[in-house]
Amino acid sequence: MSGFASESATRITPGNALRPEDIAVANAEHTAPEPVAEYALRLGDDSLILAQRLGWWISRAPELEEDVALANIALDLLGHARSFLTYAGGSWGKTEDDLAYWRGEDQFRSAHLFEQPNGDFARTIARQLVVSFYQHELYSRLTGSSDPTLAAIAAKALKEVEYHKDHSYQWLQRLALGTEESRRRMVHGLELTWPYVEELFRDDALIDSLGNAAVRPSSLREPFDKAIAAALAEAELEVPQVPAARGGGRQGNHSEHLGFILAEMQVLAREHPGATW
Amino acid sequence: MSETAQNQPQHHRWPLWEVFVRSSRGLSHVHAGSLHAPDAAMALRNARDLYTRRNEGVSIWVVPADAIAASDPDAKGSFFESPQGKDYRHATYYTKSEGVKHL
Repeated sequence: MSGFASESATRITPGNALRPEDIAVANAEHTAPEPVAEYALRLGDDSLILAQRLGWWISRAPELEEDVALANIALDLLGHARSFLTYAGGSWGKTEDDLAYWRGEDQFRSAHLFEQPNGDFARTIARQLVVSFYQHELYSRLTGSSDPTLAAIAAKALKEVEYHKDHSYQWLQRLALGTEESRRRMVHGLELTWPYVEELFRDDALIDSLGNAAVRPSSLREPFDKAIAAALAEAELEVPQVPAARGGGRQGNHSEHLGFILAEMQVLAREHPGATW
Repeated sequence: MSETAQNQPQHHRWPLWEVFVRSSRGLSHVHAGSLHAPDAAMALRNARDLYTRRNEGVSIWVVPADAIAASDPDAKGSFFESPQGKDYRHATYYTKSEGVKHL
């Protein structure tokens, strides 16, 4: 049992290793204000969808060791998603499972980047590179959120995202500076990924209404660009110059990929409601 | 690059690394197992994922398995049986001299 449950929600400090179970207990006394819940839902959905995508690699990575590395990252992301969804769900009387398994495609608020196909290993690394660099900038600022639960979730996630960043950075260097073929694949993976970068940094009315509880996506653009350009330069690569995709994930408009991801993710819960194992 | 290397996707296995983990300050690194990795930096990261999942370590060493010189398991007799019968190599062989304290 954690001591957290008995304390007021405002006393969560960013050093705590906050678990979704603790948030669920705290929800009984204090739930997220509606806009904060909407915001938490976005961040949770980003991580949930990517965790589901990454899970596909288990047993399919180049080596057993890389299976474990990708699975670890997927599980970290699933952990972040559980915290965000539990917190968001409290506002609407829903659990993390209600939100993960019983929403339709147009109710998901993830950005398009997270539902992009795995492609080959290099394309997965390209997507992971963007996500981990973005999430690192995001969570390092979200630890200062005026909402203590968001700040605590971010503080826990940040340590894990630091490792995700290192993992994708290491592979970026090796693939880009490896063989002609690995470099070709890395460049191609980055080109396929880059159209979905822009959506991550769009502000909208929800963000405007959140004040200091949220991090303004547009404020992350500059530090992200700087960090990613440096990592690419070390790999003797340049930032791909490609037009931005339409986006719309934050409003529930998704690409053709999300439906398939959800079908697989939700089938068991929907076939056997309330099943436990 | 040779013709075959370009045309055929080949599956090189990554080299093998032996992993040593130190569980806490003051103890020595202990062999934990082995893993595959393309290079030392990735071997350390894989070791972190595989052998320190439950807070087992504060430090990891990885050593290319090739770099370890091992004794020949078949040379057991001449290598390891020589100490047998040489009880005087153990402290317990000796009797305590009279009047020695704190031993």
